[in-house]
Amino acid sequence: MSNAPVDNGRRRFLTVSTCVVGGVGAVGAAVPFIASWNPSARAKAAGADVEVDISKLEPGQLMRVEWRSKPVWIVRRTQEVLDALAGHEDQLRDPESVEPQQPVFAANRHRSLKEEYLVLVGVCTHLGCSPQHLKDGAFAEYVEGVPEGFFCPCHGSKFDMAGRVFQSVPAPLNLVVPPYQFLDDNRVLIGSEAEVA
Amino acid sequence: MWKNLLDWIEYRIPMMRVANMHAIQYPAPKNMNFWYVFGFLATIVLVNQIVTGIWLTMNFEPSAERAFASVEYIMREVDYGWMLRYMHSTGASAFFVVVYMHMFRGMIYGSYQKPRELIWLFGMFIYLALMAEAFMGYVLPWGQMSYWGAQVIVSLFGAIPVIGPDLVIWIQGDYVISGATLNRFFALHVIALPLVIVILVFLHIVALHEVGSNNPDGIDVKKPKGTLPEEEKTDFTIHEYYTNRYDYTKDVIPFFPHIVLKDMVAFCFFLAAFSYVMFFNPDMGGYFLEHPNFEIANPLKTPEHIFPVWYFTPFYAILKAVPDKLLGVIAMFAAIIMLVLLPWIDRGKVRSWRYRCGLHKWNLIVFAIVFIFLGYLGGTPQENWKITASQIATVMYFGFFGLLWLYSKNEDTKPLPERVTK
Repeated sequence: MSNAPVDNGRRRFLTVSTCVVGGVGAVGAAVPFIASWNPSARAKAAGADVEVDISKLEPGQLMRVEWRSKPVWIVRRTQEVLDALAGHEDQLRDPESVEPQQPVFAANRHRSLKEEYLVLVGVCTHLGCSPQHLKDGAFAEYVEGVPEGFFCPCHGSKFDMAGRVFQSVPAPLNLVVPPYQFLDDNRVLIGSEAEVA
Repeated sequence: MWKNLLDWIEYRIPMMRVANMHAIQYPAPKNMNFWYVFGFLATIVLVNQIVTGIWLTMNFEPSAERAFASVEYIMREVDYGWMLRYMHSTGASAFFVVVYMHMFRGMIYGSYQKPRELIWLFGMFIYLALMAEAFMGYVLPWGQMSYWGAQVIVSLFGAIPVIGPDLVIWIQGDYVISGATLNRFFALHVIALPLVIVILVFLHIVALHEVGSNNPDGIDVKKPKGTLPEEEKTDFTIHEYYTNRYDYTKDVIPFFPHIVLKDMVAFCFFLAAFSYVMFFNPDMGGYFLEHPNFEIANPLKTPEHIFPVWYFTPFYAILKAVPDKLLGVIAMFAAIIMLVLLPWIDRGKVRSWRYRCGLHKWNLIVFAIVFIFLGYLGGTPQENWKITASQIATVMYFGFFGLLWLYSKNEDTKPLPERVTK
């Protein structure tokens, strides 16, 4: 052992710098372990945007597509259906779409980008069943005076043709509107919104 | 506040007492040199293997149908999956590098001799468990080498008289190496053997700390209690567990920070080498990851050249050197058993090669060269001259132990120093 006096300043500098360098190394080493829990490239590909051709969708018709393993409905609403949306708003929980269940562009009465086309994630906001589309007066059995809507067979939740939830049902919120955009008149891209210029 | 918390814990579990006893105030000889870093490095690699192994099981699928594809999935589609896998595969080879260095250190400084026989035995059991662990791990990716390596190693048990063929079927869980074999190897590789290895490492360290660390001079740094005058005792704080039983000379220093800092320097060099392999050369020219293993297992086609991974090749060469199936298997296992028995084969009283006869030094050096040469012979394609060469090398391998047994009885040793040298 040398008998040189202890230089405490130097010792402290070395201790601190060793700890800092070691700490940076430890954080760096943690990166792959934490990052590997993110969705893999395969999961990302499975969850990628889905492009849908809607040119063959007739007025009044509903089509189902799969996006991130969930059913997504695209409904081409008739003018009558759109006009009826205003008629039963006193019976709805959230007619103004205040709750963040939709992209900003869909926080309106018809809850869509283009009035004619309704795009919804077809999963009930109660416990995750997929509601049925009841039309041509079949829905009036559940809500008097409303001929068309969505009815969940699991626990009886009811939604109108904009996916807005009726009062006095188990589901607390309106159906979710996914992010989507129109690539042109006949193609919808589900999964991302158009860049706001 | 901090002190109160520590006191609260200490009253209930001996946290600081154990830390002081086994790390902070553990008496280490001050002349520990470069050879003494490999135990620490082996521990680091063990932790690396356990942690990266846990992460690999998150995406690996142990079935004959999915294993190969799931490894490809880890490599290509999981974020940083390639890095986790290369950390694990490079770690496997690194483990054997540091373990072989660690074992050779024990041999040159006589660390297996009385009273450290149990430390050596536990170490050899770790080595055996590690070989089983590495072999089964290599089967999991279900590539060509996985399959045919498993085929060859499992067939070794078929050489055992009478029960051999049935034993092979029992190990395989099928009439061929199959998904059943893969699944049980997976279970052993990820749960059973790691548990055994961790327990053995614990026992290895407990046994070491009971008798104290050896050093390059192979002399004791502790003296019987009451034999050292106060001024000759170490000035450092050594835990009373040790000082109550022995007097320690000025040759000892506390494990922390002195030995730990030296280990950290070694760790930096190790990390640089490890990172080079992991990032730039993960298959190490086909020695760490063999190229036929990039092809999925095919039970109908044996790869052109088949050898185990480099750390098994010395024993593989011994197996191939003996022109008889059963005797070859016996020779291979005997080669390992010789190492296990080393504390009793060496009848010498002087530990370090520094003070032993010249023949001993040469015997050790030749043994190391023969071991590496056997590794070369077992890991390169079969050629005629290699058969004779591996037979000669095999005889020389066993000759090391025979010679040691003979000359160690009445060996011409140098006088031991009273205190450790520089």
